[in-house]
Amino acid sequence: MRAKNYFVGAAFALLASGMASSAMAQAEIKIGEINSYSLLPAFTEPYRKGWQLAVEEINAAGGINGKKLVVISKDDGGKPADAQTAANELVSSEGVAMLAGTFLSNIGLAVSDFANQKKVFFLAAEPLTDAVTWSRGNKYTFRLRPSNYMQAAMLVEAAAKLPAKRWATIAPNYEYGQSAVSVFKKLMSEKRPDIQWVDEQWPPQGKIDAGPVVQAVAAANPEAILNVTFGADLVKLVREGNTRGLFKGREVVSFLTGEPEYLDPLKDETPEGWIVTGYPWYSIKTPEHDAFLKAYQAKYNDYPRLGSIVGYQTIKSAAAILAKAGSTDPEKLIAAAEGLSVGSPFGEITFRKIDHQSTLGAYVGKTSVKDGKGIMVDSSYKKGSDYLPSDAEVEKLRPKD
Amino acid sequence: MAFYVVQFLTGLASAASLFLVASGLSIIFGVTRIVNFAHGAFYMIGAYIAFTLTDRFAGAFGFWGGIVAAALAVALIGVVVEMVLLRRIYHAPELFQLLATFGLTLMVEDLVVLIWGPDDLLGPRAPGFKGAVDFFGQNIPSYDLFLIVLGPVVLGILWLLFQRTRWGVLVRAATQDRDMVAALGVNQKWLFTSVFAVGVFLAALGGALQIPRDAVHHAMDLRIIVEVFVVVVIGGLGSIVGAFVAAVLVSELNAFGILIFPKISIILVFLVMAVVLIVRPWGLFGRPEAPARKTPGLTVNPWRPLTSNERLAALAVLVVAAMLPLVAGNYVLTVGSEIAIFVIFAVSLHFLMSVGGLASFGHAAYFGLGAYGIAFLAKMAGLPMIVCLLLGPLLGCLGAAVFGFFAVQLSGVYFAMLTLAFAQIVWSIAFQWVSVTGGDNGILGVWPEKWAASPSHFYWLALGVAALVTIALRIAVFSPFGYALRATRDSALRSEAIGINAKRIRWTAFVIAGTTAGIGGALFAYLKGSVFPDNLGISLSVDALVMVLLGGVETVSGAVIGAIVYKALNIWLVSQTDLSKLVLGAFIVLIVVVFPKGIVGMLEMLAQRRGNASPPGSALLAKPIESAE
Repeated sequence: MRAKNYFVGAAFALLASGMASSAMAQAEIKIGEINSYSLLPAFTEPYRKGWQLAVEEINAAGGINGKKLVVISKDDGGKPADAQTAANELVSSEGVAMLAGTFLSNIGLAVSDFANQKKVFFLAAEPLTDAVTWSRGNKYTFRLRPSNYMQAAMLVEAAAKLPAKRWATIAPNYEYGQSAVSVFKKLMSEKRPDIQWVDEQWPPQGKIDAGPVVQAVAAANPEAILNVTFGADLVKLVREGNTRGLFKGREVVSFLTGEPEYLDPLKDETPEGWIVTGYPWYSIKTPEHDAFLKAYQAKYNDYPRLGSIVGYQTIKSAAAILAKAGSTDPEKLIAAAEGLSVGSPFGEITFRKIDHQSTLGAYVGKTSVKDGKGIMVDSSYKKGSDYLPSDAEVEKLRPKD
Repeated sequence: MAFYVVQFLTGLASAASLFLVASGLSIIFGVTRIVNFAHGAFYMIGAYIAFTLTDRFAGAFGFWGGIVAAALAVALIGVVVEMVLLRRIYHAPELFQLLATFGLTLMVEDLVVLIWGPDDLLGPRAPGFKGAVDFFGQNIPSYDLFLIVLGPVVLGILWLLFQRTRWGVLVRAATQDRDMVAALGVNQKWLFTSVFAVGVFLAALGGALQIPRDAVHHAMDLRIIVEVFVVVVIGGLGSIVGAFVAAVLVSELNAFGILIFPKISIILVFLVMAVVLIVRPWGLFGRPEAPARKTPGLTVNPWRPLTSNERLAALAVLVVAAMLPLVAGNYVLTVGSEIAIFVIFAVSLHFLMSVGGLASFGHAAYFGLGAYGIAFLAKMAGLPMIVCLLLGPLLGCLGAAVFGFFAVQLSGVYFAMLTLAFAQIVWSIAFQWVSVTGGDNGILGVWPEKWAASPSHFYWLALGVAALVTIALRIAVFSPFGYALRATRDSALRSEAIGINAKRIRWTAFVIAGTTAGIGGALFAYLKGSVFPDNLGISLSVDALVMVLLGGVETVSGAVIGAIVYKALNIWLVSQTDLSKLVLGAFIVLIVVVFPKGIVGMLEMLAQRRGNASPPGSALLAKPIESAE
């Protein structure tokens, strides 16, 4: 049972490191970061590069109020229960000042509930579900990325201008897909009471049987299609749809497809003219973004994905919150974060006091193919603050603390 | 009308790719009895290698040559795996090979990311099959037509191979009775190796042929493996025609099912399997298995209860474990609680698997039901924690009583697969019934009350319950009921002859195991403060199997050690490295080779060789020390 001794050793090592770290705490501030590195490397690798760049920049500029910033990163394997184990380790053993990260909605919610229970500040980076800031929001949790609702509202703005009246939807059969479709339908029907929803398809996430799905949608003969699938499902859907002519003469509105993570794998099979949300890093010409792009490319010799932006901005925001609070006390961090405005590669963003959602926006544009690669054209930045419901509505959605 | 024809053809095309992979699995299982969990991994490697080859060598020759070369290359890898790894463990307890192939699968998932990078890869379209064929205004991709033709062609080739060659005769004979084939002087080694190679070739070919339609990525294996198992079981294990019919059945039901119920895909195959197995216990084309000659009980040393000294020692170690909160911090205590909970879970499955000889592939269902029971009682009824802990596991009990009734009508792999089907059905209910279960966003805020909230109190609670459960199940093993259960495991015929009602005994065991798992789930809900459909999922069921097998399926309490080692290692590795799957997989493979009877099984054997008298107790003895970590 050599393994046993090893674990006794490991346990003591953990204890020892816990003690050592409290002694060194004056010199550095720690952030605990959790994400699905092993399950979703396509998204989390650029994300990691993004936050590593941010840490480097912050420390080169003298750290946070003179203290060195350290990010301790943990993998959650894509499981909510494991994410909580990691969160617990970060808080109890590593003594981090705050938690940050997560990609999947259910993991974001699990960590947010943990943060609420243990009274720890949590900055959710990527989970999209509206529940994080609304129906299951809590005072310890903030969120960076534009929520499902915001992305839907941005797309609806463009989609409502289309003449199409008969719509079909294709979305992965889980919470993200379901809420994306329901918000889109609701907002769309408000703007355009004349449209009809003629078909909906709910392939299981990651397991789409694309042929029958495409065929079934085509049979309903819609004039426009809303797509929420992404990743490998999107590739299969696009390939079958192209071959079977599903997209010919039909408008398509699609969540997230313009993000390099999902657009790049489509290569020359990228469909033309889809209205998408995304991140056209090649055509953003603002000084803030230029600075980010230059630094990122210099460090990694690679182009950024949306994950890079999210990772970078998560740590930049966290550092700004810590600097303003001047303390690691969670209550002071909350007070500092509420209403805080920070710069980002997309321009200034604000963490709203009312629901702890940041006003980071997204780019909306159309897909196209250039040199055998998928790109976004005619894109424009949509500020997050313009696509959120009124304060009165938000108050109704969010439980009182 | 044209639409329905096209939808039918589309279903056939989906069936063809499913069939290729399933036929390979079916052949391998039929002959070697290996539940080859790595079949999906071979499928995935096939796709990756085919991507590399077709990317480098363009043109029709490059493409088709690349596909075949990729399948051959993977078959070669399969041969190496069979010779180096599986050959060593054919004589290990049933299902132990599952552990080896599971370890391989874990490793492959990380390896492909290391080799090919994290991005989804888009393979080229097949030269000559890029477009679509017009059928009364409907488009059918010509590649689909190619696949529709390919399916029956492969079926035909396999049929010829099995019916018209000497090798085929041997394979069929081995499928029916491999001991007899060995007794007749056939070199089993090479027969097994060649069968494994053919099976892997088919899997890799299936994967390679997906590249014109799919994206190549590192989760392809999980996407297909369960479905393929289901298809094989619906068709009847070892039956190639069955696999073909089942693939067509499942694909067509899906193609037409989504027209009426767009959300059906997620659960369809499991529904079909449950119905088929209840109506036809050996699948559509399967035949009842011949009575096994080797019973698991024969290889075991007779089990015996602990001596009084061993009991005292176990108690002492438990006391030491209970003193952990004096030295350890919150994190270590929480991990300790989690490990104690998984000890409960593993011990419950172990009771079913080792004592009852019934390997469940869906044991997480009862763990998860216990957790959901807590969530409902605490969140909706607002009951106090003690009441919840007492009543919550009853949901697991209820589930086990209902599903167990059907499951115990079957045995062996069919039993395992029916439990898997039930677990998936429960999972999909939890996943889909958003208004009650919150769907995949789960139920949050199920935190323990003040008296149990501190990590040390919760640790004591979990440790205490784990100790009680382990003791209770040990008592059950050595009770008259336990003896009767072991009798049904060792010889169904003889136990029936002495008047034991096997089905009722097994059903009772199933309910006991399900309720116990529910207790674990109940504690787990409070430990995590939330419940997700994950808690009912396949990966948790697989974890439980791995823990039991790792500890040693032929021991009285090996699962305790298995759970501690596996869970502690898993938590530690996930915390230390992003490549935890690679390291964990390698560790499992190593264990399989070094300890073919599981950790505790091997320790017992070593102790016996030395003439040491105290080994069987080691399982319980070592437990509390380890749960302390």
